[in-house]
Amino acid sequence: MSALVRLENVSRHYDTASGRVTAVDDVSIEVEEGEILGVIGYSGAGKSTLVRLVNALELPSSGRVFVGDDELTALPERDRRRVRRTIGMIFQQFNLFHSRTVAGNVAYPLKVAGVPAAERDRRVAQLLHFVGLLDKAHAHPEQLSGGQKQRVGIARALATQPRLLLADEATSALDPETTADVLALLKRVNQEFGLTIIVITHEMEAIRAIADRVAVMDSGRVVEHGDVYDVFARPSTRAAERFVRTVLHDRPSAATLARLAEAHDGRLVTVPVQDSPGFTSTVARILGEHRVGSTIVFGGISELQNRSIGALTYELTGADADIDAALAALDAQGIPSITEQVDAAPGGSPNGTAPNGSAPTEEVAR
Amino acid sequence: MNDFIANLDVFWQAIGETLFMVFVSLIASGIIGIVLGVALTVTRPGHLLANRVVFTIVNVIVNIVRPIPFIIFVAAIQPLLLGVVGTTIGPTAAAFALSLGAAFAVARIVEQNLVAVDHGVLEAARAMGAHPLRIIVTVLIPEGLGPLILGFSFIFVGLVDMSAQAGLIGGGGLGDFAITYGSQRYNWPIVYITVAVIIVLVQLGQFAGNALARKALRR
Repeated sequence: MSALVRLENVSRHYDTASGRVTAVDDVSIEVEEGEILGVIGYSGAGKSTLVRLVNALELPSSGRVFVGDDELTALPERDRRRVRRTIGMIFQQFNLFHSRTVAGNVAYPLKVAGVPAAERDRRVAQLLHFVGLLDKAHAHPEQLSGGQKQRVGIARALATQPRLLLADEATSALDPETTADVLALLKRVNQEFGLTIIVITHEMEAIRAIADRVAVMDSGRVVEHGDVYDVFARPSTRAAERFVRTVLHDRPSAATLARLAEAHDGRLVTVPVQDSPGFTSTVARILGEHRVGSTIVFGGISELQNRSIGALTYELTGADADIDAALAALDAQGIPSITEQVDAAPGGSPNGTAPNGSAPTEEVAR
Repeated sequence: MNDFIANLDVFWQAIGETLFMVFVSLIASGIIGIVLGVALTVTRPGHLLANRVVFTIVNVIVNIVRPIPFIIFVAAIQPLLLGVVGTTIGPTAAAFALSLGAAFAVARIVEQNLVAVDHGVLEAARAMGAHPLRIIVTVLIPEGLGPLILGFSFIFVGLVDMSAQAGLIGGGGLGDFAITYGSQRYNWPIVYITVAVIIVLVQLGQFAGNALARKALRR
């Protein structure tokens, strides 16, 4: 088994004055060697606690945590410290030592690990070069920008050549451009050194940018996990759906839908885009065969992990029976569709099924 | 004024005694206070070495001793002074009493400044696999050093004040000098000169503290 990290039925609760709070609730996940796992959830979903269970900064109330061959939950604290030296960690607020220079920050974990001074200096220079901050070696953290601070954080986390990197909301305090730089750096670390990374975030954009797999957390539980593409294309829980919608704006909102229904008499049907050649042509052909006219009225197609993703909302015109038959035919081809239900907007005319079988003369979308 | 000149050698000796009492007790109370203050910080719930029992015991002891007025504290520890120093009068006995009396104030100042150190940097050090004792010495104290130095300047001023009180119980020093040669003989110039010297001492101490703190904080 090549899982580097394994959590087995892990729970963590805190007893507070106002009662028991369950931060992590019966979570079992594995992280494969060399992959980037994204863990997404709203604040309070338990993801920060989850990541702290992986390097035993927190211990679970129940369940077992494995990193490599070590069962952290069974080791004495002394050995847990040894395991922590093989796990790097970066933070939302960077957590740099203000009493030390940039070089001093990167050197610190090497000192803890007992690396001799000469080797330490060599390694610090190498790391600062890698993150592009060699000229800032003697600067103090408060002289750096947010992006530079996080790059120091990354250099420091990589100092002892860890096998695993934990990124706890590492880009949440950064502006979008700097976020992209830092994510690119993490991806580079993953690809050049084969470093396994667990990324904790509330930003689906970060997941989309670098993660191979994603786990969605809600109220302490992992409610959904899988390949990033699969979760984006077919989110199966409300929580996942909401996160996916924050980056893919391919589905009309209720308000948009009401406006579309107002402007178009035909039936509004949304078809999730599939990553297959000629997908839209296939849809158009099947619709045409059933004498159904179609116009694309909303949607978008973008790329995720080099595959197409998105959805298209069509206005379908023609006889009801023809439209039903066309949708059934699409379904039979493995192309599911969603007939949009328009809420009767106040003042708006209810727009149910297509009124009359006007001739299918609408232009077919390609 | 002639009295003052006649007693100039006693005056110099008094300055020497005050400096001796203040610096010895600054170092001794500093060491004891740092140990107690660090203990109060790291044993509190959720900290590096959380331990409710140790925290409660140290906290209660500090709370009992600290509010005792120094003049009463000195009187109360006379038996201890006899046992350890062998006498209850003179600068050495006074320095010992000052060290103990100030240590509990130092403990609170150290605690206040170290509790304010960002938990994030401590967590970063823990995540690197550092031992808690190492984190205390190489992260916790350095990160809180600037405010700590300011706290020590405050203690220095307090010690000058307390050392003058120690004069009242035969501790020697400037306080003793001002009382014996000044106020008891209604010789006000001697009192004023002594006060002026104490003010200069306090200013120098505060100035040095500020300069060091500025250096530690780099601003």
